[in-house]
Amino acid sequence: MIIETHALSKVYGLLPVLKKIDLGIERGEFVALMGANGSGKSTLLRLLCGLSKPTAGVIKIGGWELPKEAAAVRSQIGLVSHKALLYENLTGRENLLFFARLYGLDDIEGRIKRGLDRVGLSKRGGDLVRTYSRGMLQRLSIARALIHDPDVLFLDEPHTGLDQDSSHTLDTLLLEAHADENNKRKTILMVTHELDRAHRLANRAIILSRGTIALDTSMSEIADLPARYTEVTGMTSAR
Amino acid sequence: MKNPMKTPFFAAVSAIIRKDLQAEFRSRELVSSMGLFALLSILIFSFALELDRVARVEAVSGVLWVTIVFSSILGLNRSMGLERDQGSLEGLLIAPIDRGAIFVGKLAGNFLFTLIVGAVLLPLMTVLYNITLVTPTLILTLLLGTLGFATIGTLLAAMTVQTRSREALLPIVMMPVALPLLLVVVHTSTSIVNVAPEDSWLPFLQILAVLDVVFLVMCYLLFEFVVEE
Repeated sequence: MIIETHALSKVYGLLPVLKKIDLGIERGEFVALMGANGSGKSTLLRLLCGLSKPTAGVIKIGGWELPKEAAAVRSQIGLVSHKALLYENLTGRENLLFFARLYGLDDIEGRIKRGLDRVGLSKRGGDLVRTYSRGMLQRLSIARALIHDPDVLFLDEPHTGLDQDSSHTLDTLLLEAHADENNKRKTILMVTHELDRAHRLANRAIILSRGTIALDTSMSEIADLPARYTEVTGMTSAR
Repeated sequence: MKNPMKTPFFAAVSAIIRKDLQAEFRSRELVSSMGLFALLSILIFSFALELDRVARVEAVSGVLWVTIVFSSILGLNRSMGLERDQGSLEGLLIAPIDRGAIFVGKLAGNFLFTLIVGAVLLPLMTVLYNITLVTPTLILTLLLGTLGFATIGTLLAAMTVQTRSREALLPIVMMPVALPLLLVVVHTSTSIVNVAPEDSWLPFLQILAVLDVVFLVMCYLLFEFVVEE
């Protein structure tokens, strides 16, 4: 298992957000994490990224335990959120340079070039990020998250605010990142509300409801994800 | 499984400082807003104190530090706001670096930008107020005082930036914490400007250095908890 949690709980004040979550994700899986607002999806993702500390339970990424071995975990994960996590007053290239330095990488120039090529931003790499469209921002965000070649990629509603074309481009990039150029599959955990997209991209579905895992199954076993989502959560779905 | 890596502390600090300087060199957002505020502030005080030479000598160090403190608050809010706006702070927090390296990197940038404003203020106020302010001891006081305010401010700005009314909240939470520093720094500066004997301000300068060390250590240790949730 590359991602493991045992009896993972998170309480904000008196409000339990996650209740004893046991989760195991194998290397190379593409998992869609779904659920209604407030079901605990983003909290779970923040815990797995080490951005938040659990109230109780164990988290292991690649065999390293959070928060004790946080630096080892962080070197193996990438995060793409609905926010770009980029600096508007730097160019695309400078942003990648900064994150490459922050990760203490070698062959920085080569990584930046490959990163910009991969997301189709080679010609705009010298432009300030504040001049980028939302779609370009998300593409650069993917390049940023992959610059250190992480084993695990976390995605927190990455399609938010994208038009259809940009969403499609992002899907292609995610599938390419999943396959990986060296045929070394990355593990991807994507929080999303878009069930059709989740069905198309992911090979495993996890639905959270009121802080617990209400459904955890292979995507191929689900014929109609929206219907199953409604059945499990009691809520109508956004396709 | 790849070998886990942790970026060396000073490499991470250096990357953050270079990024902040590069972004500021391009946008000039921080230094221009801080500088404009500082200029307006000393001009208004200059008009108010124009006719009274004695009052000018008595008030000049107060004017200097009020201007530096409030312009630094302006810069601190903006500096941390830039990290927050695009979620960039999370980008820093998921990197394999010490939280302390983020603190030291941000502190260095904030210190430098405030110091630039202070370095412009001293000669400008010397001309406007007709009082010699560019002296080695006052420059040393400026260095130590600015370092103290930047240290406290960097920690508290990281805390208040996560709230909705961060612009209003930072000065409110900063003033009580920075009060000992403010008292010492104003007393030292006033004594130096009034050409008081060395033994009346030297102990305060030493206290200022000790306060800086205490604040640096405390803020460095507390930063991790501030950015945690």
